[in-house]
Amino acid sequence: MKYTQADFKSDQEVKWCPGCGDHFILNAVQKAMPDVAEIAGRNRSEFVVVSGIGCSSRFPYYMKTYGFHSIHGRANAIATGLKVANPGVSVFVATGDGDSLAIGGNHFIHAIRRNIDLNVVLFNNEIYGLTKGQYSPTSKLGKITKTSPYGTIEKPFNPGELIIGAKGTFFARSIDVEVDLTRQCLVRAAQHDGFSITEVLQNCVIFNDGAHAAFAKDKATRAEHTLVLKDGEKMLFGANKDKGIVLDGFRLKVVTVGKDGYTIDDVLTHDSKEPTTYIHNALASMKYPDFPVALGVIRDVDEPTYNNEVARQVAEVQEKSKIKCMDDLLNSGETWTIE
Amino acid sequence: MNVKELKDVVIRFSGDSGDGMQLTGTLFSDTAALFGNGISTFPDYPAEIRAPQGTVSGVSGFQVHFGSSRMLTPGDYCDVLIAMNPAALKANVVWLKKDATIILDGDTLDEKSIARAGFKTNDPLEELGIKDYNILTPDITSMTKEALKDSGLDNKAVVKCKNMFALGICLYLYDKPLDHAISYIRGKFGKKNPAVAEANVKVLNAGYNFGANTHSFANTYSVQPAELEKGKYRSINGNVATAWGFMAASEKSGRPLFCGSYPITPATVILEELAKHKELGVKTVQAEDEIAGICTSIGAAFGGSFAVTSTSGPGLSLKSEAMGLAVIAELPLVVVDVQRGGPSTGLPTKTEQSDLKQALWGRNGECPMVVLAASSPSDCFHYAFQAGKIAMEHMTPVILLTDGFIANGSQPWKIPSMKDYPEIHPPIITELPEGEEVFLPYKRDEKLARRWAIPGTVGLEHRIGGLEKDALKGSVSHDPKNHQKMVETRAAKVAKVADYIPSQTVLGAEEGELLVVGWGGTRGHLQATVEKMQEEGKSVSLCHFNYINPLPKGVEEIFSKFKKIVVCELNEGQFADYLRMNFQQFHYEQYNKCQGLPFTTVELEAKFNELLEK
Repeated sequence: MKYTQADFKSDQEVKWCPGCGDHFILNAVQKAMPDVAEIAGRNRSEFVVVSGIGCSSRFPYYMKTYGFHSIHGRANAIATGLKVANPGVSVFVATGDGDSLAIGGNHFIHAIRRNIDLNVVLFNNEIYGLTKGQYSPTSKLGKITKTSPYGTIEKPFNPGELIIGAKGTFFARSIDVEVDLTRQCLVRAAQHDGFSITEVLQNCVIFNDGAHAAFAKDKATRAEHTLVLKDGEKMLFGANKDKGIVLDGFRLKVVTVGKDGYTIDDVLTHDSKEPTTYIHNALASMKYPDFPVALGVIRDVDEPTYNNEVARQVAEVQEKSKIKCMDDLLNSGETWTIE
Repeated sequence: MNVKELKDVVIRFSGDSGDGMQLTGTLFSDTAALFGNGISTFPDYPAEIRAPQGTVSGVSGFQVHFGSSRMLTPGDYCDVLIAMNPAALKANVVWLKKDATIILDGDTLDEKSIARAGFKTNDPLEELGIKDYNILTPDITSMTKEALKDSGLDNKAVVKCKNMFALGICLYLYDKPLDHAISYIRGKFGKKNPAVAEANVKVLNAGYNFGANTHSFANTYSVQPAELEKGKYRSINGNVATAWGFMAASEKSGRPLFCGSYPITPATVILEELAKHKELGVKTVQAEDEIAGICTSIGAAFGGSFAVTSTSGPGLSLKSEAMGLAVIAELPLVVVDVQRGGPSTGLPTKTEQSDLKQALWGRNGECPMVVLAASSPSDCFHYAFQAGKIAMEHMTPVILLTDGFIANGSQPWKIPSMKDYPEIHPPIITELPEGEEVFLPYKRDEKLARRWAIPGTVGLEHRIGGLEKDALKGSVSHDPKNHQKMVETRAAKVAKVADYIPSQTVLGAEEGELLVVGWGGTRGHLQATVEKMQEEGKSVSLCHFNYINPLPKGVEEIFSKFKKIVVCELNEGQFADYLRMNFQQFHYEQYNKCQGLPFTTVELEAKFNELLEK
């Protein structure tokens, strides 16, 4: 029998601020889980949600699965150990821009490098919410916050560029209010055998309200300023789907189909399975206002996973070795007997 | 030629850190062990992999103490010093016995080598004031070259074999066969590079024959096999024994072993050793940093593995926050800290016991952990096993303290049988018990341990984390009384471990003038000293601790029966302070040393005699 969204709701009262983007993300995850479970043939007890610290990291308490709310920045490291030790479970990580890109940056890039099969949901609100409004590694340059009263002087990370630059195998992006798009991304992410990151551009109503509003505030704005990528489909956007992305020399360029000699044939067709990173990186880099912000599954390529490789080595060595138990090991090699 | 019989001998092999002294020493000690001698070894090497050649800072040493009884220490001072250059002589002159034999490569007594070692004159022997010692200066380098003149090897490869010449001399001098060294060399290099293997064998023989043919040595010496307990033995060092102890605990608990760790001297060998043993299902992750080392292990513990992480002092500091998480999440975990000289980077390759207070208290909040300390290379196996047993049965993180001295030192070890080790019963729960409507992750058993519900188990979905927990449900609780209760419960759980460990014992008479108190890796030196003084009829006993937190039962009774108590440790008095805190009624004398070196039995004996006479 297929699970329903309600099967993944815990009995805990959800304590995020009213209007917080996190509510939408929780909704999307709980909506995705019945499909994820069905596709993978999994029982609810085979899911674990691991988190670090921050508003987003309260997530595990609201999911009726196994959950581990850990310490700041370490969710990816804890999830790595869990997955290697217990590869039978499906592990999700709920984390934020501070948790995974600042204090936990090291674990984040190394989890990408190892391509361990975890599903990261990266809540990006470009601010520290739980500590009440300090700038984060994704805050826009010049952003005025409590710890940058004269504006930040640090260039922000674009998580997509970081992930694809580190040869990440799966990267998707969504917006908190686009619940169904987030759900679709998460279902794809869960099917990806390897490290997946779904970045959700999330609004913090208290400390960074409207951070993504320029391109995300309503349906009409999103139609004009975002591009939802679909495999095998042309990269078209705009209310009339008449604007497209073409390759102009080494760069992407926005054109209007039928203008300046551009036809539909010139518009790029999305292929998330392309092993090289160049176009995926260029897509992840697209910034408002010159470009639409790319959404959907940008990159989804297959590479060996760390957890499978560990299991493979263990199986291979076990088959070859004569040592089957501790007594065998203790008595192996150089020994001598005293009569 | 006379063959003199000796009870025990200390040899120190010493040369440039690239001269292969660790291998030379190991081959000698293994040969002695195979022959049946008692052995104890102590590698003493610099932090730099290859410090400038020929300088004192680049000297690497390996000391072997072998004898016709069980050897408790690698010996304070050496009977024989093998010095491959003047720098090695200079670095080790303080470790010579008064009548020591020195074998120095005569080819290195050139101006350049002497100057590089920092001598002011051209006569290092005079300068060091050792002219009247028994000094031999065979031309080891040129005899090695001569032996290999037809080998076809280049000069660099030829010179690399000279350590085998020195080994050959020593094997001759102590009447030991060459076969173990030869089979080791062939096994190690034979396949990859048979020419190099045969060159080493040839030089080994040449060294042996040099000893036999020349009349440089008035005597050779024989050291009879030790009267050790009957059985099958192997040689083992502390780090390997620690790794194997963890593997044994894994086998006895049925929980797969996981180790997340980051390389750090002198603990790295534990990770290296565990990485080898995939045949027994061991999984290792070489993490991106110390924090990830412990955090991957905490994740693995949550996932149902027996999880361990290995580190040394600075790494223990980095792991502090995550240890707190393991405490509040009440997950089984063993953190092994192979202590080295501190603070900060300190003395990475040298031994010390100065992480005790960090292990006991170095975390935020009221954060008690079980602390154990191993006391010899081979008992690292036992205490690693015990650490795993306590961690899993009591659902608590445990710190196991070893140190650079016992981690790198090796000794013969009577191979245990796994049937003599107890089963380990972690409180794993596989289904919702009758009468419980929902799983209560913080419900406890008689040990106060909570139950281990492993993700994947149907019906036991639950959430844990670093926020204070409700005493039963495990959900977040900010209730003041609940916090008080949880703080007290976590402390009581650790204190309760005392009911499950052996009572404290004393070595020697149960009452008397002086009680020597030690903990961890100093046991060999303390025991050797105390036993010697006991044989001389002195009223000295030893009370040595392996269980630090909680302390075993029976300590007060032991302490109360001695007129004086002296606490000896390789720090400035951390355990003494801990005892003062726990047992205020006693007066504690202290003997402390922070030189990056183990105690010597000579200095201990002097101190104990002084206390007896005072």
